Amino acid sequence: MNDILLSRRGGLQWLGGAALASAMPAFAQNSAQASTQSISPARRLVSLSGALTEVVYLLNAQSLLVGTDTTSLFPEAAQKTAKVGYVRQLSAEGLLSLKPDAVVGTSDAGPPVVLDQIRQAGVRVALVKAQHNWAEVQEKVKVVGRETGRTADADKLLAQLDAQWSAVQAQVAKAQRKPRVLFVLAHSGSPQVAGRGTAANALMEYAGCANAINQFDGYKPLTAEAMASAAPEVIVITTQGIDAMGGEMAFWKRPELALTPAFAKKALVTLEASHLLGFGPRLPTAVQALHMRSLQWVA
Amino acid sequence: MAASRWRTPAGRLSRSAALLLGAVLVLLAMVWGAASGAYAIAPAQLPGIVWDGARSLFGSAVETGPEHLVFLNIRLPRLLMGVAAGAGLGLAGALMQGLFRNPLADPGLIGVSSGAALAAGITIVLGGMYLPWLPRHLGSWALVVMAFGGGLAVTAVVYVLGQVQGTTRIGLMLLAGIAINALAGAGLGFLSFISTDEQLRNLQMWLLGSLGASRWSAVGLVGAAVALSTLAALVLARPLNAIALGEAQANLLGVAVEKTKRRAVMVAALAVGAVTATTGIIGFIGLVAPHWVRLIAGPDHRVVLPGSALLGAALVVSADAVARTLVKPAELPLGVLTAFIGVPLFLAMLRQFRSKV
Repeated sequence: MNDILLSRRGGLQWLGGAALASAMPAFAQNSAQASTQSISPARRLVSLSGALTEVVYLLNAQSLLVGTDTTSLFPEAAQKTAKVGYVRQLSAEGLLSLKPDAVVGTSDAGPPVVLDQIRQAGVRVALVKAQHNWAEVQEKVKVVGRETGRTADADKLLAQLDAQWSAVQAQVAKAQRKPRVLFVLAHSGSPQVAGRGTAANALMEYAGCANAINQFDGYKPLTAEAMASAAPEVIVITTQGIDAMGGEMAFWKRPELALTPAFAKKALVTLEASHLLGFGPRLPTAVQALHMRSLQWVA
Repeated sequence: MAASRWRTPAGRLSRSAALLLGAVLVLLAMVWGAASGAYAIAPAQLPGIVWDGARSLFGSAVETGPEHLVFLNIRLPRLLMGVAAGAGLGLAGALMQGLFRNPLADPGLIGVSSGAALAAGITIVLGGMYLPWLPRHLGSWALVVMAFGGGLAVTAVVYVLGQVQGTTRIGLMLLAGIAINALAGAGLGFLSFISTDEQLRNLQMWLLGSLGASRWSAVGLVGAAVALSTLAALVLARPLNAIALGEAQANLLGVAVEKTKRRAVMVAALAVGAVTATTGIIGFIGLVAPHWVRLIAGPDHRVVLPGSALLGAALVVSADAVARTLVKPAELPLGVLTAFIGVPLFLAMLRQFRSKV
């Protein structure tokens, strides 16, 4: 297979080319024309976000889907698509090997160099800014609709989701009481609690809960004293998280939890991670589920 | 009889035989790397693609297919970055082992990797919010420039701490290096504590090393730094041979010991700093490559230095070929693979050559 490269002339050409190629950026410029052409629907699409993948399936455009990232776990069929790897550590050549003409993702996708290389190869890259709000979900539906050429279906889905969202928000607004809720992230290693500025925090606010942790931004390890002073009435965790911690029984045996009001009732709400934190089309049902189930514990 | 021309009396390969073998290995690794990848390109197409790419540089209008783009913009720069990175790491490892007169020495000892990692961590975690001028002035180069600067700065600190009345005490420098590495590790730990999830993942990925960010411009810069280091290192071969006999002995032989030590540190820091800044941490090459060369060709620095650069290049290019294809279309972190591939081979070799170590 490699004889040509091993032959002397092939080798010399190759080496000469490699040496000359050191001034390559010029070549890159020449070939980046396709990205500026007017948008025609994708024929081969790669999705770099679980939420966007869900929208692709809802718009019945899954036949266009040639690859997804490792966070695309729902619906189950998405798990069988070719996996391009973790969304922050994409491989340019790997992505291009799927020969996509469009890639959709969120601003989490990267590294930037890889995205640039994909664009240079003439692949349209549409990114939705991750901002943890309803507008992000709406934008995701619009982008997938545009990229797959199913704008009418996307508008229909959007109207449906907006109606669902307003209904859920109206329901939340009627609640008499805001449970104090603590979100525990425990996918690996030591469990951490969600402070301000996290997807979990946004979700709690939408679900009419008060985040028991409002002193810091981001996720921090949970300590006994922090738990006691936060005094959560309900603890929210992902199903993956509770599995990682050895199940509900094992979870409540953690010493720092004994000092919380939630411990007395063993008030725990578990929801599947991509449902809970994906900020996709299932956000209204996630918010509703969190709202109802956390309220039940403090009723 | 013919074979004896390539062997020294100790049964080791002669200098020219070893370097020839190294060059052949690099070439084979490059052919392998060029022919493998997630994107299917028939190996028979490759010479033509390279030829077209070379012609387009001189302004010829060339018809280009997607294979041209993938190969010339993604695979080829990555391949050459692998050569530069491996050569830089191997060379620096050989320099450090020569300087510390210890086969366990590694470029990490002078703090260049941990300094680069700390600066990269600062850029990733604090960059956007607390140091907004960083991305504003340096753009996508912010991380590279910071990591390079961090590597050199920490090396300078270690070097200064190793000074006693104008002379470099190697033992002192070693201890200072260990202390500063621990400090940088603590700094990284603190940064990962205050980081968001996203920043933490980015930091971890950087620490695992990857050639994924090999733009042509980066290849040019790293290649130049490594080429310069290689030339400078070759001049150090004879003085390092003398130092291997002991510093007092080297002084008697008329070797400028102090100057040699300073230059060895500078050259290693330049090579590893440039490589690490663009690729993240790629471990074990600097440790493994010089050992192999010494086992095969003996301890003469005139063969260990260039030989380690060649072997390092062959190792990194091969490891990257595996990283790119093993789980395609995704990609494995390179730093993980260099350890997985390099260390078992190294141990096997050690067993085989037990008597000579």
